[in-house]
Amino acid sequence: MQNKQSTSIRTVVATGIGAAIIFVLMKFVAIPTGIPNTQVNVAAGFLALLGAIFGPVAAGLAVFIGHALNDFVTYGSPWWTWIIVDGLIGVAFGFAKNRLKIEDGVLGTAKLVWFNIYQVIVNFIGWVLLAPTGDIIVYHEPATKVYLQGITTWLVNSISVAIIGSILLVLYARTRTQRGSLKKER
Amino acid sequence: MQNQLLIGYDNRHTFLNRLSGSTKLLCFVGLSIIGMMTYDTRYLIGVMVFSLIIFHFSKINYRDIKFVVNVIIGFSVLNLVMVYVFAPHYGVTIYGTEHLLLGSSQHYFNLTTEQLFYEFNLLLKYTFAVPLALIFLMTTNPSEFAASLNKIGISYRISYSVAIALRYIPDVQNDYRTISLAQQARGFEMSKKAPFMTRVRGSIQILLPLIFSSLDRIEVISQAMELRRFGKGKKRTWYMAQKFKSNDYLALLCVLVIILIGIGLFKVNGGRFWNPFN
Amino acid sequence: MMTAPIISFKDFSFQYNSQTEPTLQHLNLAIYPGEKVLIAGPSGSGKSTLGRCLNGLIPQSYQGTMTGSATVNGHDISASSIFELSMDIGTVLQDPDSQFVGLTVVEDMAFSLENDQQTQPDMQAATTKWAQTLDLTDLLTHRPQELSGGQKQRVSMAGVLIDNSKILLFDEPLASLDPASGKASMALIDQLTHDEDLTVVIIEHRIEDVLQQPIDRLIVMQDGAIVANDKPEAILRASLMAQLGLREPLYLSALKLAGVDLADCTHLDRLADLAVPNLTATLQQWTAGVDLKVPQVHADPLLEIDQLNFGYDPQRPIIHNLSVTLNRGEMISLVGQNGTGKSTLSNLITGFLTPQSGKLLFNGQSLLDQSVKERADQIGYILQDPNQMISKTLIFDEVAAGLTLRGVDPDEIEQRVLATLKVCGLYEFRHWPISALSFGQKKRVTIAAILVLQPAMIILDEPTAGQDLQHYTEMMTFLTKINREQGITIMLITHDMHLMLEYTDRTIVLGNGTILMDASPADVLTNDAIIDQASLAKTSLYELAEQHQLNPTEFVAKFVQAEREAR
Repeated sequence: MQNKQSTSIRTVVATGIGAAIIFVLMKFVAIPTGIPNTQVNVAAGFLALLGAIFGPVAAGLAVFIGHALNDFVTYGSPWWTWIIVDGLIGVAFGFAKNRLKIEDGVLGTAKLVWFNIYQVIVNFIGWVLLAPTGDIIVYHEPATKVYLQGITTWLVNSISVAIIGSILLVLYARTRTQRGSLKKER
Repeated sequence: MQNQLLIGYDNRHTFLNRLSGSTKLLCFVGLSIIGMMTYDTRYLIGVMVFSLIIFHFSKINYRDIKFVVNVIIGFSVLNLVMVYVFAPHYGVTIYGTEHLLLGSSQHYFNLTTEQLFYEFNLLLKYTFAVPLALIFLMTTNPSEFAASLNKIGISYRISYSVAIALRYIPDVQNDYRTISLAQQARGFEMSKKAPFMTRVRGSIQILLPLIFSSLDRIEVISQAMELRRFGKGKKRTWYMAQKFKSNDYLALLCVLVIILIGIGLFKVNGGRFWNPFN
Repeated sequence: MMTAPIISFKDFSFQYNSQTEPTLQHLNLAIYPGEKVLIAGPSGSGKSTLGRCLNGLIPQSYQGTMTGSATVNGHDISASSIFELSMDIGTVLQDPDSQFVGLTVVEDMAFSLENDQQTQPDMQAATTKWAQTLDLTDLLTHRPQELSGGQKQRVSMAGVLIDNSKILLFDEPLASLDPASGKASMALIDQLTHDEDLTVVIIEHRIEDVLQQPIDRLIVMQDGAIVANDKPEAILRASLMAQLGLREPLYLSALKLAGVDLADCTHLDRLADLAVPNLTATLQQWTAGVDLKVPQVHADPLLEIDQLNFGYDPQRPIIHNLSVTLNRGEMISLVGQNGTGKSTLSNLITGFLTPQSGKLLFNGQSLLDQSVKERADQIGYILQDPNQMISKTLIFDEVAAGLTLRGVDPDEIEQRVLATLKVCGLYEFRHWPISALSFGQKKRVTIAAILVLQPAMIILDEPTAGQDLQHYTEMMTFLTKINREQGITIMLITHDMHLMLEYTDRTIVLGNGTILMDASPADVLTNDAIIDQASLAKTSLYELAEQHQLNPTEFVAKFVQAEREAR
């Protein structure tokens, strides 16, 4: 709908604002689960929507930047392995854009089910396969510990996306249904 | 108050403030990577002492960083305890010897010098980058940050995304606060006392207005930037970029030497670990 | 005098892809170098779309069908990129926070030069020069969060003037400014027009405020067409404004009320030079002929605030020993400069903030031991931006949300929601998605969502911001209605002096964390010291009264009364 150059600027801005929102959500809306580094991830739910609207580049970079800034501010230094995994998950969520076609409005049950299966797999690859492996390579932490953390994060994030992400996707799609039938404001 | 985003950048007029942001960024990233790679205790202690000395010169007030330090201590203790609970013999596995301090080798929960030493290394790895990160944050003008990223080779579009994030975090934070209070006034319970699902539902009530007003904002900012020719060329210049001076080259050289020592130690130790028990 | 126009539209039409009918229809327009032009029109008239055509956002960012021709400084808009056009025409957008993309003032000023890959010394020279012109030299390292609305707007202006473009486009420049800043901004634009040899196009619906400085031409739009295009005086004389649903300057309405024939007047567009035969006598005669009604007295205290103190840093209080009593059934305006604690005061009342000391009594009971939610049952607070309040997608659900959360019985919810929707004029939209509503309707949904909780008092932040006269009148008539018929006490936080005069009985002026004045609106606007201290502005009625030796307070009060009766 827009020309290429406008779209690329929009991606830059969506990345920045998306990162700002993710930062704020991680910092203020964390609902802890009791396991270190692991909390109900409202930001992950938002990431699903960001990816569905703006695609892999914006979503991947936004969560990378937002997560890194948040780590800087809260822990003094970033936990790079998890930040990179979060970024990759953002990219993967972004790839769902073309399939979901959320801008056209109406998100059917079939698409929603597909997305949730997809996101559970993506989260599995990210948190159960990649993140713990990264922690073992970089920090040489014992496998049992990092895999437990990974599995918890996988479950928590998948559930966060399943609830919060799905609701956001459906509600956003609903606001898009007016396309083509806009009447003048009076 | 809440506009002070990255814990207190201030021009403290030290040589660290005068270094260019790119230099500090490169040094921080370089030392972080080598620190993440190595498990040589002597080296980690060396880097830690080096960064604490630099930290001392930065004239940063302990009061400003007290909160962060507490979080890091809490975080490290939790992780160290967890490592012990899940793998109390991990140190023995790594170093190949067993020097018992408490309990016997038959017990699951015993304490060995190897385990203590391993966890000490872990603690060093958790914390060694913190002084460096704090120095970087507190002596680098946020305005120079995007320029620095661009200078070390990251595309200017991505660099500017970071600048936009820094620019709008205080605004989003304000919006979040306003929306959250307005929703609470309507009866959404969001306090820590509320049951888990209520809090999840409450957070969606805040998210929706926050997201929709932010999406509008993305459109307008994109237009504003396009009207002022963002994205016109393959490159862009930065008003706040700092040129490299001799001190910058000197700092980079120092860090390069430190990194090379680290790499050299891999050869000497025949791997990432330094094993004092052999 | 036959120079070529710098902006030229010939039989130009445009239709957005997302709309069913063209937004701009067969426009013919020529603007000449050095002209200062005001484009006015109600919302939906196409004036913002015309602005987007001028700076190239149409057709580059908004796709649609274009016919006819449009050129800006010789460039065909359909064949030029936004980047090319931005060298000819600089745009100052309505929302200064979105235009301000730099982390500090000086970076934002240099933003377009950075994109042009200019060198640092060049950028420093340019920013220094424009900072001097726009009085920003002391603010260069400030962050946007530290600036006032007026200062942010000057930064926006500097950021486009730095391109040395010869045309400047302002989209609703007065929308986010307090009255005094608005006045200063108009004066600055006028000065720049002459000093920098600019052509200026201003899109605004607040005509009286723009006309404080001379305008060469007034273009009025309606339904996507230009319905008037002439010197302001001619359009004012023909009384076109009122017919088109725009607010004409107040002094003009006063002249008409007094029975002056506009055809006899000269300099109708500039009050200072206005010449009308026997005007003094006519006005005095009219004033003498109107009897002021005794205002209704409200003496039943509802909200008592006593010795309230608050500051994020107790050393620097934002609210300092503030005491005031609001009575049941009053319609009150709360005014004052930005940042003097108007929002802080409302936040203290609603419980979003906790005072360091002082008492807050509502209906004789202390509010301080009540939670945000409990207070919300009695005092509703409506934010300026409805998008920040709406959390559901359907109108019915949004209005019902507060009751649902309070565990009210579903049948009662339905009944109360439908009743409230009727009061708010939203009944026929009850099954619509909120996204299909206009800004003003959304605002009404947020009010309905509060009213349904049956509060005794509501606080509204800028209820009419960004709305044209028709929507403004609808909104204020509605608020007056719920104030009169349901006895709800209303406090309006506003920058709009006329709103304060015409619709409220009592004005509280806040400044330096305390109450500077608490009187009838007409009295407030005759106090020069207060006006200055609180960044208020007199309306043209006062000037008119002073010019003709009338008591301004009395004259304004009588004018407002006559206007109210005419409604």
